[in-house]
Amino acid sequence: MIEPMVRAEQVWKSYGSLDVLRGIDLEVSVGEVLCLLGPSGSGKSTFLRLINHLEKLDAGRLSVAGELVGYRERGSKLHEMTDREIGVQRAAIGMVFQRFNLFPHLSVMDNVTIGPVKVKGATKAVASERAVALLERVGLKDKMASYPAQLSGGQQQRVAIARALAMDPKLMLFDEPTSALDPELVGEVLDVMRGLAADGMTMVVVTHEMGFAREVADQVVFMDDGEILEQGVPSVVLSNPTNDRFQAFLSKVL
Amino acid sequence: MTGGDAPVVEGASPRSATQTGPIRAVPVRHPWRWAMAAVLAVLVAMLVHTLAFSTTEQPHATGSRFGWDVIGQYLFSSHVLDGVVVTIELTIVAMAAGVVIGVLLAVMRMSKSRLLSSVAWVYIWFFRGTPVFVQIIFWYNIAALYPHLTLGIPFGPSFVTLNINSLLTPFIAGSLALATNEGAYMSEIVRAGIISVDEGQAEAASSLGMSRSKTLRLIVLPQAMRLIIPPTGNETISMLKTTSLVSVIAVPDLLKSAQDIANANYRIIQLLIVASIWYLAMTTVLSVGQFYLERHFSRGSLRSLPATPLQRLRQDLTRLRPQGKPRAEAMAKEFREALDPLLHGRDPLGAPHD
Repeated sequence: MIEPMVRAEQVWKSYGSLDVLRGIDLEVSVGEVLCLLGPSGSGKSTFLRLINHLEKLDAGRLSVAGELVGYRERGSKLHEMTDREIGVQRAAIGMVFQRFNLFPHLSVMDNVTIGPVKVKGATKAVASERAVALLERVGLKDKMASYPAQLSGGQQQRVAIARALAMDPKLMLFDEPTSALDPELVGEVLDVMRGLAADGMTMVVVTHEMGFAREVADQVVFMDDGEILEQGVPSVVLSNPTNDRFQAFLSKVL
Repeated sequence: MTGGDAPVVEGASPRSATQTGPIRAVPVRHPWRWAMAAVLAVLVAMLVHTLAFSTTEQPHATGSRFGWDVIGQYLFSSHVLDGVVVTIELTIVAMAAGVVIGVLLAVMRMSKSRLLSSVAWVYIWFFRGTPVFVQIIFWYNIAALYPHLTLGIPFGPSFVTLNINSLLTPFIAGSLALATNEGAYMSEIVRAGIISVDEGQAEAASSLGMSRSKTLRLIVLPQAMRLIIPPTGNETISMLKTTSLVSVIAVPDLLKSAQDIANANYRIIQLLIVASIWYLAMTTVLSVGQFYLERHFSRGSLRSLPATPLQRLRQDLTRLRPQGKPRAEAMAKEFREALDPLLHGRDPLGAPHD
């Protein structure tokens, strides 16, 4: 049996008395694109952030490529990982944020090379060469010397994708990557993501873009109130939703 | 109101009646401005007179009231210059150490460890809550409390024992006092700068696999600098003046040197003026430096940078031009000729030469 890229078993997360995730069971296979759908506050972004340990889970087990995220299991005991060990895990997981979070004090080139150089110890020359190739892939080779503030939202998000890809991740997480964009800029970002999916990248995408989910996703998951209410192949699930709340949600967004 | 019913002013050119040409209005008169200017002119004249022309009222003495000859005599005397050097050294040492302490305290205060953040809080509480003057005297007399500095295992054997009295010279005691005090203030400045950086920046850095210290060093602090630099400039200027307090523990700084001379020749006012001239000169240099430093660090956040004094002068001159008055023309030309060599031969007004 091949180990799935992401495996969540009964994942719980709460902030104080508020249960944000209430027992999530989920598997993402290698090379699969999974779209997480749901109204805001349903816990989908929190789940995404658990996968690269930006948030700590309270109960359950969450592993990426067969390795527990943030913890090591010795015998029957869990040991918290050090800052450095978590860093190693995160370096293999790319993350793209809703608000891009490019480093404004660095040029586009430096944004893309800072990870490989400072975290993986790559030489400047090797990292730059790779960065040029990645920027070409996202169609921004001519913006190498620009600063983030000089780019449009769509361009910034494409740089952010290039920055994540520069770490050669085995898994990419997208947290509403087009929600902060003007409508006419959404397409250019989705095109880049489509290309990634076609190349076999394993992706978990929180999105409201139903068209993208329908076309690209291998699996869609509908979450509400911290629970998975419906999940399956998009052609089936999006066309014939069985859950009431999913039906209501779809009728609102479509 | 538009169209033909506009009142036609007698003698007005047809162009101004169309309401679309450039506006040529009679400016509002400001008589009170002129009155204020007259009063100020008198006051300035009095000031110039008392500074430069009035004579001393001291018995058995001649010369100007302020004793400019004495001031000129001591302004560049070696004793005063030595004091200037000590003041600069104190400022640099205290600020450098203060910034290091400040960054450490700021990071400690934001630490998730309650112990670290409490220690930082108590430090800041103590050093901000007592006068720096008291702290200087305290450090100077610390030998009364701890005569020996011992390096060794706590509560165990000691390896080296140093005599505090000989180790802690007035200069070191003064530097320590100023630096520890400054650290408390700097920590708040640094903390405010760090807090101002969006949380998403740290998240993006950690999701690239950066450790917390790398995130702080490479991503957060460089962005916090924009907010940290201006108040740090103020602190430096303030520190330069605060160093004069160490004259009380006999550090031979600028003020102490001036006082030494005054104690010998009784020209107290003149030597205070000598010290003041030096303080003013040094703070002026720092202010100019701060302006350009702030300008540099606001790059990327401001759409247009504030003009430098030279640029502002050029703008003012350009504004004079459209009025077309011959006098303004002549003035502008004069300025242009004076400025030309400064501006690498470029025409500051962008006007064609005749």
